[in-house]
Amino acid sequence: MHSTAYPQAPASDQNPIAEFRAASKHYGEVVAADAISLSIMPGEFLSFLGPSGCGKTTALRMLAGFEAPTSGEMLLDGVRVNDLPPHKRPVNMVFQHYALFPHMNVADNISYGLRQQRPKPAAAFVAQKVAETLERVRLPGFDTRRIWEMSGGQQQRVALARALINQPKILLLDEPMAALDRKLRREMQIELQSLQRALGITFVLVTHDQEEALSMSDRICIMRAGRIVQIGAPRDLYDAPNSRYVADFVGKSNFFEGTLSSVSGLMGAVDLPTGPGRGRLGQDVAVGRKVSLSVRPEQIYLSPTGGAFAVQVRNRIFLGEHTEYLVNNPSLGDFLVLVSRQTEATLGAFDPGQDAFADWTPEAALILNND
Amino acid sequence: MRIYAAAVYLFLYIPIGIIALFSFSAGRNASEFAGFSLKWYGIALHNPFVVEALRTSFTVAASSAILAAVFGTMAALALQGMTGRIKVLFDALIYIAVMIPGIVIGISTLIAIVTVFGWLNPLIAAVWPWDGPAPQLAMGLGSLIAAHTLFNMALVIIIVRARIAGMDRSFTEASADLYATPFGTFRQITLPLILPGILAGFLLSFTFSFDDFIIAFFVAGANTTLPIYVFSSIRRGVTPEINAIGTMVLTLSLILLVTAQGFLQRKRKG
Repeated sequence: MHSTAYPQAPASDQNPIAEFRAASKHYGEVVAADAISLSIMPGEFLSFLGPSGCGKTTALRMLAGFEAPTSGEMLLDGVRVNDLPPHKRPVNMVFQHYALFPHMNVADNISYGLRQQRPKPAAAFVAQKVAETLERVRLPGFDTRRIWEMSGGQQQRVALARALINQPKILLLDEPMAALDRKLRREMQIELQSLQRALGITFVLVTHDQEEALSMSDRICIMRAGRIVQIGAPRDLYDAPNSRYVADFVGKSNFFEGTLSSVSGLMGAVDLPTGPGRGRLGQDVAVGRKVSLSVRPEQIYLSPTGGAFAVQVRNRIFLGEHTEYLVNNPSLGDFLVLVSRQTEATLGAFDPGQDAFADWTPEAALILNND
Repeated sequence: MRIYAAAVYLFLYIPIGIIALFSFSAGRNASEFAGFSLKWYGIALHNPFVVEALRTSFTVAASSAILAAVFGTMAALALQGMTGRIKVLFDALIYIAVMIPGIVIGISTLIAIVTVFGWLNPLIAAVWPWDGPAPQLAMGLGSLIAAHTLFNMALVIIIVRARIAGMDRSFTEASADLYATPFGTFRQITLPLILPGILAGFLLSFTFSFDDFIIAFFVAGANTTLPIYVFSSIRRGVTPEINAIGTMVLTLSLILLVTAQGFLQRKRKG
């Protein structure tokens, strides 16, 4: 479909469909992307996750062709595309605010990409593709609607259809759900995921919403200050973050700071104010360094009768299937504990002000450098 | 406060209203209403001098408005792509061009044109390869159109730039992302979205050029535009014919201004 515009290279499932090779983007003194190296594999759902200004949007814009790397290389299908303009790239983007053309109706918006082909495709072919694509995004019969007559969710589907009709090699999604309400966002996430599976197109998503990245992606690329901090499957990132930054950004975590006193095999011990605390080594750490013991709230047990740490319940937040407690230990300070409905059913709920005991297993704790 | 405001409006609009009213007078005297009649409109439109002046005014207004719309839009698009001090400088110069009094523009344009023609005419005469006298560049329709185009371009640039600034950058990016070439993006996205601004700029330019007396007075040469005709005939006394011409010019200008406002007000929905 894009054969005239794009130089073809032999593609196999083993070759990455897109590749960043030490790609950097500088705006004067500002470094938006700092030597990003990453291979995107065909058919995968990859997310760039990070706070605003971390370089995730710059990475996406380099893929789309809106930004050329200042140094390093950007490859699509094994071909260097550093200076290939966006209109010659076989990728399509769903923009953050959709960027639907306000002077065109839904059908004209969706068929825009097809209508740019030379020679022009037949009108009947275009109409049929538009109808098919509208069906696919569950908006049949919306052809002649004006853009401003539709809700945010509908506009988003049109934006999706406008990109998908071109059967891009990669679909780029720039915070596409940011403007939707929570329930609609959840629906769209599920729909995007099943669309991706059905079409087999590579999806690259940019988001600052960790829940969104965790629930949809095959792999997540966590970014900070223009650099990639960690790449991995959602579960790996959650269970084995390689830094305090990742542990903090992906899910919630409690951090207890202390000095690393000893290491044996994959385990270590941290001198906490309450005594030595054992945990798994999460990254390269050195004895004598200041480290954090990172423990997820759901990995901490709360018991009315016994445990290593005497705590007082400060606050209780009902979250539906879980209850989140903020508890205080005089030496460790405040930390969060997540108690499931089942546990509460056997042990009973805790009231603010109540004394209790908290504990966790050494396997649940991760030793990470303070950064 | 309201009384003052009302007084200001009265002083501003009553003379205009009276001109419009007296243009319908049947009498010969411009200051005495003697029965309703359209006869002075007929007389004005059958006066060959008026018709000739009207034709000149239309030619000048249409030409300069078209040229200004085309070049002003091009300049506005180019300015949008600029950054830094040069952009600030150009912006400042454009606003200054609109605010400079007409008489200054008139005199300076006249001097500039006369000076340039003074250099060019001997040059042309020297290289003229045919027998007979070489053509002489002189003040006329061309110089008048050129002077109006320059001023009108500033108007168009200001209006179109406001329109471009209100346009989301992601529209052109989305178009490029959907395989449209830069020219394709311009034709299918940018131009339709800024078209209301261009049309408004065209209409305001037309109105300005059609109504302008000061600049035209300096650079029109032997040509007579409608405002110049009105000015010269007033020296022979105000007749209801002048009132009729004034009312026609006023009506046309108001229609164009209201249409232009309509284009500018039309919100981009969505």
